[in-house]
Amino acid sequence: MEQQDISTRHTSKKAKVRLAKRYAFERRFKMFGILAILISAAALMTLVYTIAVKVAGVFTENYIVLDVQYDEKIIDPSGERKTENFELSAFRKLVRTTLRENFSYVPGGRQAFPLYRLLSDAAILEVRKHIQANPELIGSTEKFPLLADDVTNLYLKGYYGTLEKLPSFGVAQPVGTSDTIEVFVQSNSLNVILQAKKDFMAKEIRRLNRQVRAQQRGIDEFNKRILAAETDQREQDIAKFKREVQTYTSRRDALQKEVSDLKLRIKALGGEAALNKDIASFFLKINGGMVKVNKISPDRIEGVVYRPLNSDAPAQEGQWELLVNSKPENDRKISDQQIAWIEKLKEQGKIKEIGNWRFLTANFSREAEQAGVWGAVAGSFWTMMITLLLAFPIGVTAAIYLEEFAPKNWFTNLIEVNINNLAAVPSIIFGLLGLAFVIGVMGVGRSTPLSGGIVLALMTLPTIIIAARAAIKAVPPSIREAALGIGASKNQAVFHHVLPLAMPGILTGTIIGMAQALGETAPLLMIGMNAFVVDTPTWFTDTATAMPVQIFLMADFPETAFQMKTSAAIIVLLLFLVVMNAVAIFLRQRFERKW
Amino acid sequence: MAPIKESILTMHIVKSYEEELAGLDTQIAQMGGQVERLVADAIYALENRAPELAETTVHSDASIDILERQIEEQVVGMIARRQPMAMDLRQIMTVFRVSSDLERIGDLGKNIAKRAYAVAGENHPQGLVRGLRHMGDLALEQLKNVLDAYSQRDAEKAVQVWQRDEDIDAMYNSLFREFLTYMMEDPRNISLCTHMLFGAKNIERIGDHATNIAESVYFFVHGKELPNERPKSDFTSSAVFKKDE
Amino acid sequence: MDPELTELAERAQNEQNRPNGHIAKMTARKVDVFYGDKQALFAVDLDVSDRSVTSLIGPSGCGKSTFLRCLNRMNDVIDICRVDGTIKLQEDNIYEKTIDPVQLRARVGMVFQKPNPFPKSIFENVAYGPKIHGMATSKSELEDVVENSLIKAGLFNEVKDRLYEPGTGLSGGQQQRLCIARAIAVSPEVILMDEPCSALDPIATAKIEELIDELKENFCIVIVTHSMQQAARVSQKTAFFHLGKLVEEGETNQIFTNPVDQRTQDYITGRFG
Repeated sequence: MEQQDISTRHTSKKAKVRLAKRYAFERRFKMFGILAILISAAALMTLVYTIAVKVAGVFTENYIVLDVQYDEKIIDPSGERKTENFELSAFRKLVRTTLRENFSYVPGGRQAFPLYRLLSDAAILEVRKHIQANPELIGSTEKFPLLADDVTNLYLKGYYGTLEKLPSFGVAQPVGTSDTIEVFVQSNSLNVILQAKKDFMAKEIRRLNRQVRAQQRGIDEFNKRILAAETDQREQDIAKFKREVQTYTSRRDALQKEVSDLKLRIKALGGEAALNKDIASFFLKINGGMVKVNKISPDRIEGVVYRPLNSDAPAQEGQWELLVNSKPENDRKISDQQIAWIEKLKEQGKIKEIGNWRFLTANFSREAEQAGVWGAVAGSFWTMMITLLLAFPIGVTAAIYLEEFAPKNWFTNLIEVNINNLAAVPSIIFGLLGLAFVIGVMGVGRSTPLSGGIVLALMTLPTIIIAARAAIKAVPPSIREAALGIGASKNQAVFHHVLPLAMPGILTGTIIGMAQALGETAPLLMIGMNAFVVDTPTWFTDTATAMPVQIFLMADFPETAFQMKTSAAIIVLLLFLVVMNAVAIFLRQRFERKW
Repeated sequence: MAPIKESILTMHIVKSYEEELAGLDTQIAQMGGQVERLVADAIYALENRAPELAETTVHSDASIDILERQIEEQVVGMIARRQPMAMDLRQIMTVFRVSSDLERIGDLGKNIAKRAYAVAGENHPQGLVRGLRHMGDLALEQLKNVLDAYSQRDAEKAVQVWQRDEDIDAMYNSLFREFLTYMMEDPRNISLCTHMLFGAKNIERIGDHATNIAESVYFFVHGKELPNERPKSDFTSSAVFKKDE
Repeated sequence: MDPELTELAERAQNEQNRPNGHIAKMTARKVDVFYGDKQALFAVDLDVSDRSVTSLIGPSGCGKSTFLRCLNRMNDVIDICRVDGTIKLQEDNIYEKTIDPVQLRARVGMVFQKPNPFPKSIFENVAYGPKIHGMATSKSELEDVVENSLIKAGLFNEVKDRLYEPGTGLSGGQQQRLCIARAIAVSPEVILMDEPCSALDPIATAKIEELIDELKENFCIVIVTHSMQQAARVSQKTAFFHLGKLVEEGETNQIFTNPVDQRTQDYITGRFG
């Protein structure tokens, strides 16, 4: 009987239920685990995606290659060839002249400024630098790549919409070749534009209707309150609410009127419609010129000439084009006029797109197209050098002393606890310490890698000490005993045997600490390393900034190009971190021993 | 330092080892009992001219031989498996030696029984037989005492047995002279007396084996051999009888 | 002179130096060891004979390893450990201030429970001791020392083709013999072994035991072991520790056939409760 009981103990129905429960728990646990991993993976993917999308615009930059005539009269009117005296203003004039030569129909003065703005200021600087280096070129003409402005650059990359061809049939007959002209089109090609206008207005009506409904809700609400106030006989409230109702009603009526007006206008569109800057821009390319469409009727375009026509001869089907940039002019930084110029340059093959090495080799700038990260990389490098030089020897020495030589008493325990807690101190506090002590008391220069390095070293020390102690502790006591057992002194045992074996672990910890320091922003802000630094720091005491601070600064600029460069800078920083972590992993895998 | 005797109370951590050691003791007790009976029966048969008893006694020796072989196997196995130390080692070695001594005693008893068979038809002078019986009783008592000494781990008792062997030797000495006298008196007695003499010699040998066992017990308990030469009174091997004596 | 005669004369000389075959190499008198407040050893008196093997046995925590570590002051490494009493290596009291523990450990070498070669080449392992003690002035001299040590440890033939491969690549038994070679490379007078075979298989154990048997011709060896059979096999003298006290010491034969003390008896027969 008993025997039977024992044999059925693990096979009975109850046991099976228990077993099923255990497995169910296991399955649930696995599911949660997978879910957690999926969520973090999704978060990571989102991060990578957003950065990658933004960073795509930074890989290349655009140049406008023009024939620049190095006119002696402009550059060096004295003919002395004193390169250091070459005025920047002279080169600005030179570049502007060159631009005007390409667009002779553009009137001078203020009206030419949009044209000049196609180019970056860097173009002027680069021409001067080129001439200063090669003064013998003065008087000659040369193709020179002039750096495009960030807005031009972004347009060329399609961030401000692209010109798309619309179907265009029939013969187009322009009237006039410049200023405001009319073009007659013998087909229904222009209906597209009308339709676009209608769509836009319909959208506007929908928007207005939404607002009307919102006002109506306000009226209903206050009417309700009036009813309630009447039953309570709150005369003051009734008056107040009635005023509210009146305001809402007037607003609603105004909106409704707008809607009905719009509806009327849509009906009347059979005749003529004006295009404003909130609607897609339409262009007509005809007889070598370009016309921006301002008014439209089914068979006629009225527009401004952005590029003069060669003649007013009728253009046959296929010889004229209707183009659209579906991004409204108000939604982009580049004007339709500028688009017309850029398109012309593009047609002439004067736009050159090359890899954006400038981003890696240039320093910071307020101009998005000129801004690079090199200065910050150099600043980070010097800062990290200081951090490493301070934190590594101090940290390792402290770890060796604490682990191998220090007596175990309340005092060393206190130190140990404090070191562990120090690792958890917010980094901004180290910044405060740096500001008060390193800069205030020690008198180290503000905004320098030296002060930043000292602060980051203080911050990294606990990490290194903890990692080094763990690595030293991981070396089995048998190795120490072996060395001591054949008459090595404690020092010899530690430095000949323990330290070499602990080194991979120590280095891994150091690299991870350095990576942490590399990505640290807050303490550097406190000691003024967020200064706007245009020069590459070449020594510890030069004013500098660091990568994460640079990212922080870049993110502050509103320009789209800066937003992109922020992402690109993040990628650069992440690459550094990945490389450092890869080295740490390599060290761990290759040299760390299992005991 | 704590006295050794208490160790009997302490048990081995490995129970089966303890059981095996206890098993050895049981087997020795069983073998001792059988040997005692065999010797007693043989002497009785010799004394009382009982050929049937003598015959069964001769046959009962076989089971003693079997027991001895079993003990021997057990001992070898335990040495190989348990690697006994100290007290245990000495116990096992003692069992080994005691069992072989007991087997020899069994053989001697068988020999006596054979002689009882041979002399069954002869006339037994009372005086001769009485001396032999006394000697046999003494030897049996020695055997019993020494087996008790073993089972009680009583070295004192073993030493007593060891010392009393002198008495058996002395009795044998006198019996030897007596039988010699008989034989000289009447040559017809020679056959009987020779058998009797060999019987006495066998009993004396039994006494010797009992002392061997006593020595083993002493070694078992004290871990060392008995100190001096044993007192001996068997001078028959050097006795020369001249006719005029 | 006839070599045979020389040998005889030498042997006679040796016999004279060793009354009863043994002279005490190390003597411990009234050795108390404390770990903080806890006393680990109580008034231990023990003589260790030269050119012989002394084994220390006893249940875990009985203080035998502690005593072994007193003999080369390995206990100094532990902060809370305090040693009272005298331990003499020949005439020198090793706990006197004039004795440097580092030098002492060169005279009293140690082999540990787990084979613990340095994660370096076999050559480096053996050469480390002579190097730090400045025992070899040239590379060839060092090579000689290493080779001799490996030969003495019975390992040379097995490793002569891979002296520059890591010592950790050897088998457990070879590693332990490498550790022994490392210990004897600094020419110690005494070799302490702390359960040297507990991590090894029986064949490797037998090889170590054979090695110990050979080494005792030149060294004084003290071995701590959990295996009573091993103590019985390799040692000439055995000391039994229990609860921090030296319960009994004597000739190995006597201890294993006829121990005097009840506790020894109970321990070696497996009766400890």
